[in-house]
Amino acid sequence: MKLREISELLNATVRCGEDRLDEEHETAFASDLMSDVLTLGDYNPVILTGLCNMQTIRTCEMGNLDIIVLVRRKKATDEMIEEAEDEGMVVMESDFSMFKACGLLFQNGMQPIF
Amino acid sequence: MHLEYQVYEADFVNAGAASSAIKKTLKQLNVSPQIIKRVVVALYEAEVNAIAHAYGGTIYADIEPDKITLKVVDTGPGIPDIDWAMQEGNSTASPEVRNMGFGAGMGLPNIQKNVDKLNVTSTVGVGTTVEMEVNFV
Repeated sequence: MKLREISELLNATVRCGEDRLDEEHETAFASDLMSDVLTLGDYNPVILTGLCNMQTIRTCEMGNLDIIVLVRRKKATDEMIEEAEDEGMVVMESDFSMFKACGLLFQNGMQPIF
Repeated sequence: MHLEYQVYEADFVNAGAASSAIKKTLKQLNVSPQIIKRVVVALYEAEVNAIAHAYGGTIYADIEPDKITLKVVDTGPGIPDIDWAMQEGNSTASPEVRNMGFGAGMGLPNIQKNVDKLNVTSTVGVGTTVEMEVNFV
C-alpha cells in the first residue's frame, strides 16, 4: 500500500516526509510500548502508536523504523518533527483510535509482521 | 576509537542522544546496518535504564576493527537480584518511565538478544555496570 493511501484511509495529516508518500509498504506494527518496537529485528513496518514524545522518534531512529503514524489525536511537537526530518522519517497524525486505524489498514491489505 | 558520553537522571528529553551519536559514528565507519541496529538497540535500552532507574552515569564505547565494546556505568540504587531483572516482564519502573513508553521489563532481555556478550554487575546502593560486546562479523 502506498503511504499516500495510508494517510487517506486514516484521514491523517502528514507532518513530514511528504516526498515519500508514493513509497509502498506492506506491513505494519502497532504498540505504545517502545521496548516492543525495539524487538522487531530487521523489519521496517509502518509503526502505529499513541505514544507521542521524543522517545517515539528516538526509538524509531534506533530501530531503523522510519514511518510513524500517531493515533488517538496525538500531535507531534515541533521538536519531534525537527528530529524526524533530520532522520528522513515520515510522520502522520490521525484522530482515529488505535483499533480503528489498525482495522482500516488490515481491511485494506496491510499485513502484520507476526 | 574511544568515545564517552554522560547521561543524567530523569533527562528523558536527551535519552538516546548517546546511542544516536554512536549510530552515526558506526554508519561513517561503514558497519553493516544489521549490526548497527543490534548495537544501538542494546545501547539505547541501557542508556534509558541509566536515566530511568539510576542517578545518571557514563557510557564508554570502544570501537575496534572487528567489534564494539560498550560499558554503561551508573551510580544508583543498584539491582538486588539481577536474575529477576533479566526476566521479561519484571520491572521496577516509575509511572513517569512507563509514560515514556518503557518500563515493561523488556530492557535487559532485549539487550541480551542483541549482543554477543553481556555482563551485568551491580552493588545495591552504589550502582550498576552493564558491559556489552557486539562483533562486526
